[in-house]
Amino acid sequence: MVVIKNIICPICGCLCDDIEATVEDNKITKVKNSCSVSATKFLNYYKERNLSPLIRKNGELKPVSLEEAVDRTAEILMNADFPVIYGFACSGCEAQAVGVELAEEVGGIIDNQTVTCHGPSALGLHDQGMPTCTLGEVRHRADLIVYWGSNFQESHPRHLARYSASSEGRFRKGRKERKLVVIDVRKTPSARLADLFIPVAPGQDYELMLALRMALQYDDIEEESVAGLPVEQVEELAEMMRSCEFGVLFYGLGLTMSRGKARNIDMAVSLVRDLNKWTKFVIMPMRGHYNVTGMNEVTAWQTGYPYAVDLSHGYPWYSPGETTFTDLLRRGECDAALIVASDPLAHFPKNVAQNLCKIPYAVIDPHLSMTALAAEVVMPCAFTGIEAEGSAYRMDTVPLPLRKVVDPPSGINSDEQLVGMILHAIRSKRR
Amino acid sequence: MKFKAILLTGRSLKQGIGKELSKVSDKYMESVSICEVHPKDAEELGLKEGDSIRVTTQFGSIVVKCNPSQNIAKSGIIFIPYGPYANMVMGPDTDSTGMPSFKGLSAEVEPAPGERVLNVKELLSQYLRR
Repeated sequence: MVVIKNIICPICGCLCDDIEATVEDNKITKVKNSCSVSATKFLNYYKERNLSPLIRKNGELKPVSLEEAVDRTAEILMNADFPVIYGFACSGCEAQAVGVELAEEVGGIIDNQTVTCHGPSALGLHDQGMPTCTLGEVRHRADLIVYWGSNFQESHPRHLARYSASSEGRFRKGRKERKLVVIDVRKTPSARLADLFIPVAPGQDYELMLALRMALQYDDIEEESVAGLPVEQVEELAEMMRSCEFGVLFYGLGLTMSRGKARNIDMAVSLVRDLNKWTKFVIMPMRGHYNVTGMNEVTAWQTGYPYAVDLSHGYPWYSPGETTFTDLLRRGECDAALIVASDPLAHFPKNVAQNLCKIPYAVIDPHLSMTALAAEVVMPCAFTGIEAEGSAYRMDTVPLPLRKVVDPPSGINSDEQLVGMILHAIRSKRR
Repeated sequence: MKFKAILLTGRSLKQGIGKELSKVSDKYMESVSICEVHPKDAEELGLKEGDSIRVTTQFGSIVVKCNPSQNIAKSGIIFIPYGPYANMVMGPDTDSTGMPSFKGLSAEVEPAPGERVLNVKELLSQYLRR
């Protein structure tokens, strides 16, 4: 039995770095400091697992050798005119880098889960920039924490305690020295913890942010209510934000997925920029998958753009709405795909996802998923951060090393290795 | 009887836990096949927790389990966790951003006595229909 400390949690963008795991006979039997989602992963990663590569034969997925699965995947990608390499938000940066290389080799699209989480944040960042900081700065200094469109208690269960309102910092000693505001369309478990809950009307976040900007300038708002709220409450919130010493706006998919999308992020950044005329204020997206930030970083290093990059021209081309996987599928433009640690069949609208079922595609994933069950090829891989090493970027773009805690099952490779094998097979066939 | 609603989707803790067991596990599928409704709306339709309801949008229709919840602050708002059930009724347009409209869709909710929630295979067969 061995106790391994300071493991980085491969669940959400918090990348909590204090997990303790007890390992007996190459299996994690106890875990400390983890949230309920993290504990579920650490204590169940080896269960309900497909350990064999599969290929569809006569309509059914049948076990095959890894070589056959890699070879078939290489053929699918080589025979395509416009393949998509998609996923990698639950992979290490090293696998992501090989994924970009593969997309370049086959002349296709490289895209990731950003498209259905904080893609609009990237677009907002292109337009407005992003006045931000590290989570450490928030922990030590912030006296006003605003969560907008984020149910952090369920999506990032330790965010509040480790990095924001309830954390103990150098200059702010915990919950009593900070104000917590939650702005949301539902009164979520997170909203119930707030000092002030603002129930914004669905789809009217943009209007509320605009009204807050007006209130900050002492402009008259010639309405009795905005976004379902009395104007007095808007003015009260504006005053609260203006008068803090260090404020932070954490925002979630409530802004990126609602009416306005990227325009909401433009307005949120503009609001924070205005606040900096009065005080110190920063903004940060609540990134979901543990290394979706890393995929944006890696894709940006290698191509210049954070997601939805078209490499079919021989140079990177970026046009969200045109080169995003959702839009390519919706229009039926891509003709093959490699999906890595992602489940678009369950997470894209049906009218989009069903077009994936019309093209050949391969899946690399530690678990079976709906997407895997409808695939042409399935290759099981190790869990990065439990069975394989890697690097990941926290939501504030701080890179951290993911650890290998136990060995993967016999014959199971990391996703980095598998994507590398596909790349090698394609290059060998082309020689 | 039915009522008009604004449909939101999002994360839930049970969905987060379920997905770590496997995206085809019973626990995951149960966690994403529910619909939170305002207790008053549920009462008006005579719905209790666990009753089947049908949620319909211009893009599709799905049967899920009713969950009267204090999370819903206002009558006329409903919530289904992210997942394959919610996506049966979501729209494909991304407004040139790549992001489908996962929050704020107009929907109708009605009781669906005798109808049951689809399982993984049945859901998959809907996707595979040409």
